[in-house]
This record gives sequence, C-alpha cells and structure tokens, in this order.
Amino acid sequence: MATPLRFRFWFRTMQGESGTAPGALSFPRLLRKGWDSSNLPSRTGTASFWFKSAQALLLAVAVCFSLGANDSSARYHDLNHRLMCTCGCSQLLGECNHVGCTESGQELAELRTDIASGMSDKDIFSAFSAKYGATVLAAPSTHGFDLVAWIAPFAVFGAALLGTILLIRRWAGIAGAKAQAAALEPPIDDPADRERKEQIRRETGSDGGF
Amino acid sequence: MAAFGSFALLIALALAAYNLLAGAFALRLIATGQPARISPERLADTARRAGIAGFLAISAAAFALIWSVFANDFSITYIMEHSNRALPGAYKFSALWSGQEGSLLLWAWLLGIYGFVLRLTHKKDVKLYAYAGTILAGIQVFFLLVLNFAAPPFALLKGAIPDDGNGLNPLLQYPEMVIHPPMLYLGYVGFSVPFCFALGALMMRYPGEKWIKVTRVWTLVTWLFLTAGIFLGMHWAYAVLGWGGYWGWDPVENASFMPWLTGTAFLHSVMMQEKKGMMKSWNVWLIFSTFLLTLLGTLLTRAGLVSSVHAFAQSSIGTWFMVFMGIVLAVCIFTFILQHSHLKSEQHMESLVSRESSFLFNNLVLLTACFVILWGTLFPILSEYVVGNKVTVGAPFYNRVAIPIGLFLLFLTGVGPLLPWRNTSLKSIKRNFVLPVIALWATVIVCFAVGVNPWKGGAFSTGDFYAIVSFAVSAAVMTAILSEFLRGAGVISRQTGRNLFYATWLLTRRNTRRYGGYIIHIGVVIVVVGLAGAAFNQNQESELALNDKLIIGPYTLVQVGATQDSNDNYNSEYAMLDVYRDGKKQFQMTPEKRVYLASNQPQTMVAIHSTPEWDLYVVYEGTNPDTSQPIIKAYLNPLVGWIWAGLVILVFGTFVALVPSLTPATAALRVPATRPAPTEPELKGGL
Repeated sequence: MATPLRFRFWFRTMQGESGTAPGALSFPRLLRKGWDSSNLPSRTGTASFWFKSAQALLLAVAVCFSLGANDSSARYHDLNHRLMCTCGCSQLLGECNHVGCTESGQELAELRTDIASGMSDKDIFSAFSAKYGATVLAAPSTHGFDLVAWIAPFAVFGAALLGTILLIRRWAGIAGAKAQAAALEPPIDDPADRERKEQIRRETGSDGGF
Repeated sequence: MAAFGSFALLIALALAAYNLLAGAFALRLIATGQPARISPERLADTARRAGIAGFLAISAAAFALIWSVFANDFSITYIMEHSNRALPGAYKFSALWSGQEGSLLLWAWLLGIYGFVLRLTHKKDVKLYAYAGTILAGIQVFFLLVLNFAAPPFALLKGAIPDDGNGLNPLLQYPEMVIHPPMLYLGYVGFSVPFCFALGALMMRYPGEKWIKVTRVWTLVTWLFLTAGIFLGMHWAYAVLGWGGYWGWDPVENASFMPWLTGTAFLHSVMMQEKKGMMKSWNVWLIFSTFLLTLLGTLLTRAGLVSSVHAFAQSSIGTWFMVFMGIVLAVCIFTFILQHSHLKSEQHMESLVSRESSFLFNNLVLLTACFVILWGTLFPILSEYVVGNKVTVGAPFYNRVAIPIGLFLLFLTGVGPLLPWRNTSLKSIKRNFVLPVIALWATVIVCFAVGVNPWKGGAFSTGDFYAIVSFAVSAAVMTAILSEFLRGAGVISRQTGRNLFYATWLLTRRNTRRYGGYIIHIGVVIVVVGLAGAAFNQNQESELALNDKLIIGPYTLVQVGATQDSNDNYNSEYAMLDVYRDGKKQFQMTPEKRVYLASNQPQTMVAIHSTPEWDLYVVYEGTNPDTSQPIIKAYLNPLVGWIWAGLVILVFGTFVALVPSLTPATAALRVPATRPAPTEPELKGGL
C-alpha cells in the first residue's frame, strides 16, 4: 500500500534524511549501534536522541488520531456507528437493539440508500443532520463551535504536559542549587533537631511504601 | 411503617445536625483554647455518640423501607412505583436503590455505616477523627435534608391505593443488580471518608503524614468498591442490554469513571507525599476533586442535565446538589487558602526522568482522561448554552480521544516502576527496558504473523492498529512487572535457598503495598487485552426457521425449537439453539425475550457462552410478525472473558496491598539464619 504523503514526510524525518544535526545519531542508527550511552558522543547527541524519540512518539500519536477506517466494505458499519438512533434510546444507530424500534430500521435503510447513491460521508452526515437534527451525529462535527470539543482535550493535555515539564525542570534547578549550597555548609548537629526528627519518624513511621 | 420511617429520618437529621454543630463548636474551643462551661472534649464525645445514634436512626429508616417493600405497602408512592406483588424477594430488596428516593436513602445509610466505623475507631487519633467525623456529619446533614424535604422515600400515595404496584424496571431484574449498585455506592460514598480526613487534617494543620497512613486503607477499600462496582456495571450492561458491548460512554458510566480516575491518581501521588513529602497541595486537591466529582456525577445524571439510558433515576433535586457542591467547594478553597503554608513541599524533583516524575506524569494522564470525559459529558450543555445547538458526544468521540490517552497511561504503568528514584541514567534505562522492549516488538511480530494487520485488504483499520498497540504495550508492561518480581525473588531465593515460588511469596509479604500494586497492574494489563479484543468483534443476524443455521466464526447455530413460558412476574419466549463446532454438537443456548406483566415492558435475556478465547453472545430479538419465525442476532466477542479475569486479579492485588507487610523482625524469623537476609536495596531490585 502506498504510504500517504504526510506519513512519508514523517518516515523520511524518522530515517534521518532531514533535520538531523551533523554528528548526531539518527534513531534507526542508534538502534543499530545499540542503546548505550557511549553511542551518544556529546550532549548534542543526547538531545538529538530525545528529539528523535519525541518524533517517534509524535508519529505514533499522529497515526492514532489521523487515520480512520476507509475500507468501502466496512463503510456501512463505520457510518452506522457514527450516527445515533433517534428513538430516544441514546444508543448508536448500529447498536440499537430495541425490539420493534421504528426509527433505527428507517434510518439504516436511508443510510444504505445514501451509500448506494454514491454520497460522500460528509454529504450523508449533512443529510441526516438536516432531517433529524444535529444530535443524530454521534460525535461533534469538525467545524464551528463543535471544533472546540475536539481541540480542548489536546490543548489541555499539551498545556499540562508543558507546564509539568517546565515545573520539573525548575524544581530540578532548585534541588541542584540546594545541593550545592548544602555541600558548601558544614553539617550542623543540633540534638533538639535530631530528637524532633526522630519523634516525627516514630509517629509517622512510613514503611517506605512503593 | 411509613410514619416510622419518616420519623426515623427526622431523628437522624436532628442527630446529624447536633453532631455537626456540637462537634464544630467543641473543635473550635479546643483550637482556640477558650474557657467554656462544658469540657470541649466531652462535648466532642457527645457529638461522636450522636453520630453513632444517627447511624442507628438511618438504619431504622432503611429497614422500614425494605419492610414496606416486602409487605407490599402500596400506600407508599415509592413502593408502588418500584415494586409489585410478584417481584422475587431478591429484587424486592434491590427496590431500595432502584429509584431516586431509595438510592438517596442507600447513600445516606452507607455514609452512616462508614461514619459508624470511623467513630468507633476514633481512639487511633481522637482529634483527627473528631474533625473527620464532624465534616462527615455535615455531608450527612445534606443527604438527610434532601431525604426529609426534597425526595422523601416514605411519601404517601394520593388517592386510592392500588392492589398492585408498577413493578421494578425490567432492566434491573437481573442478579447483578442486587450487588452492582451497592458496590458502586460504597465506592462513591466511601470517598467522603478520605475527603473528610484530608479536609480535617488541613483544618487542624495536622503534623506529618500520618493522616495519609490512616486514610490509606479507607481510600484503597473505597477504590476497590468503586472498581468492582464499575466492572459489575459493565458486566450487567453486557449481559442485559443486549447490544453486544459493555461500555457505551453513557453519562452515568462516565459519572462513575471520573472519580475512579482522580481516586486512582490520588492513590499514586499520595505515595510521593508519604515517601518524599512532595505534592501535598496536589494530593489535597485530588481528594477534594474526587469527592466533588462523586457529587457532580449525581447532579448531572439525576438533575436531567444530560440524557442517559439510566433514565430510571432522574428527578429535580439538581438545585440541592448544586448548592451543596458550591458550599463544599467554598469550604475547600477557604481552608486551602487559610492553611496553604502547611502544605509546602519538603523536597523537589531532581530529574525529568525519574520515579517521581513518572508519578507526576501518571497523574497528568489520569487527570487528562478525567477532563476528556468531563468535557465530553458537559459539551452538549455547553454547546446548547453558547450556540443554542445541542449536540451528541458519544462513543466515536471518546474512542478517538480517550483510547490514545489510555494507551499512554498503560505505557506509563510499565515504565514508572522501572525508573529509579531521583534520577535516571541511560545505562539504567537500558538495563531495565531491554526485556520489555523485546517483548513489545516480539508481540508486534506475532500479531502480524497471526494475521492482525492494520493494512490488511488495502485499507487502514484503526481498530486493528489500536489492538496491536494494546497487545504490544501490554506485553511490555507485563514483562516489566514480571521481571521486577523475578529480580526480587531471585535475590531472596539465592539468599535463602528456597524455590522461586516461595521466594516470590516472601518478597510480596515483605512489601505487600509495592507488590500488591504490581499485581493490580497485572490485572489492568489483562483488562486492556480484553478490551483490545473488541477490535475483532463479529456479528450475524438472521431469521431462523426450524433447523435453519446461522454460522459465526467457528460456530454453527441450529434452531431446534422456539417456545414460550410464563410465571407470575413475566411471560417469556425463547429459542433453543444447538451449537456445533467442527461438526460436533457442543452445547445448547436459549436466548430469551421477556415481557414483564406489571410494567408491560419487554426485556432481552442474552445467552452467553464464555471461553478464554471469545464469548458467543446470542440475542433473541423477537419474532418476525410476517413469518412468526425467531430473529436471532449472534456476536462473537473475542477476549471478553479476560476483562472479568482482570478484575479478579485486580481485586486480589488490592487485598494483597491491604495486608500489612511483614515487619523486619517477623521477616527475619522466616529466613533461615544460615545466610544473611537480603538488604532492602536488593529486594527493590537495586533501585
């Protein structure tokens, strides 16, 4: 099967044909040579390794989110699982199993007719939406305010991820500075402090946990 | 009995109110040291005893309702609407939670049980328990106010009393419905207890992390109940609703899943607080959020704000819940601002790749999943409010957004325990990750070899792709966990000369929390494998005359009869299907359709034959009115049994985690003295 254009770009990037810093190891080359810190000649190499790893992760995520079933034989099944039954059962059209449900039979027949007449998915959804209202679509569309439904989760996740990374980096900086400061100061042996710590340890006594 | 029940509820309200007010006053006196005519300690004790008496009063009310159901007292509206004379005994009992008023009474009763246990064990830490008990009384007051004034379960029927009731919703007339709601409610209600401890500890500026140790068992037990409740609900949906699936992303399902996610995040991040003194504010807000989400779920589904297949429990008590949530949130924010300085972290993370950061990322992903579900559940309301257009946010949305997040979480489940505390080097990554990575790629190759190929037939199949990723990551996580067990057990085995099984047992006993956690992770992996099987579901529908065949997968179903039956509760018709495999008759299945007499509602009774490989799931859809022949729909659902097996492992792991670890002294007795006992770093795999 021919690889779609956007993925060919990703694969090229993965192969190290573009965007690889001179002297840095590409991800496949790193794998061939073995995963060892000695294979990472410099800090730039380590950064490149993480960059490539991030690219691999992004590729996996892109594949997850971008692709959908497009096999024509599965189209009917796919579409009836993207529409709702309008009888009030709150079930997907393809899964409505109410005995004698008058709505699902009619909707499924319409769907078959629409597919047979060569309508695109978008046209079918528009036709159903116009006839039964927007609630017939099992998921929000990708235009207008509905787009917010799709964007918000990833935006929140991205912002939270970035925030967490920045926070940890900041903490790491503080911890490093504290460690340096502690190394310069002579240790203070305060018996009262020692006794207090011992008391806390006795009273809160954690078993070390996980 | 109605008067007795109503009176018991009023008494319970008065006692809970006394518990709250007297308890709060006593704690205020203790905190400020103000002189008073009555000893604050004695006042606090009377409040505690009032809480215990309140539990007895609520129990009396619950008993009155159950008695009324069994006595067929149709003068009570609730009994008339949710029971009938022919209803079997077990289901009469479950009528307690089949409607709005009854389920609120169950909630208050369970809260009373938790409060009873908490107040009986107050000597562990009198002051902390007094705070927690008083806050718990505040929650109880809310539920009793609702029960007394907004949704009274003993309201009398106006007009003539009918001879028989409307009967129980047919969907609820299934054995699991006798266990599933109480389990779920035990989970929901149970999170009130860690919430009360967290808020109480913050209010009193509790020194150290002992409150976490105190609440750990409560949280874990509550989490176990909620987990079991969710899975029982899934099994009920699978066996009763007859659509071949177990999770439909219905708002009520989402409502139970959200507190589970935040509760799970709390269980993980709280270890950071215990071990490292980190994430104190985060943990406090996690448990606050978990409690608020239990209320939000109730608000969403009972106030009619979102449409749900669980329509049997809707009413107009939303305003009460909204006001209560507002009060709880205000108290939480006020207390947090007031005591913020008490929650300063003692240490900070030192590296982006470490055990600590993996806990943080795990929390991040769990909370993102919670946000996605909350967002999807609330978006129809938001859309209607903003653009005046109501939309549906159903399974396709969640499948597209939540599955990748779930897989990332599974990945972290495997990665987290392999990372050392504080910092990680590439060398240790290589050492710990080589086996899981090999398992991952080996699984991918095996999947392709057995024909699981997302690109099969010239088109990309998202389902197959997700299945391969799920299997591969599951294999990697499983390898990581097992290698952790083997590494620790190997050390003990070498030290003691005992076999690997005994060494594994001893290893687990020495740190039940850690290895119990690993067993829970194994359960999660098994569940994920079961869920991934859905990518290969098949179904066939056919009208079957006598001796007609329906072929699905390796099975051939032959109709050998269709018959009818009836009893006092329902009329039923069912088909008898002989199931053949490889030309040999294996077993018979009898899918059924019932029509309940009291409610005149139809209900399918699915026939399921479960094997580790797949479930053969057969639904009798009724008869064709033109030909009078039964219509049969058969599903072949691979690996569904793994989901329920995963739950069993998960429950077992939780029990292991609840058992106290062997103390070093006891552990030493179990190790022969000929060799030195392994050191802690050795047991922890050198981490």
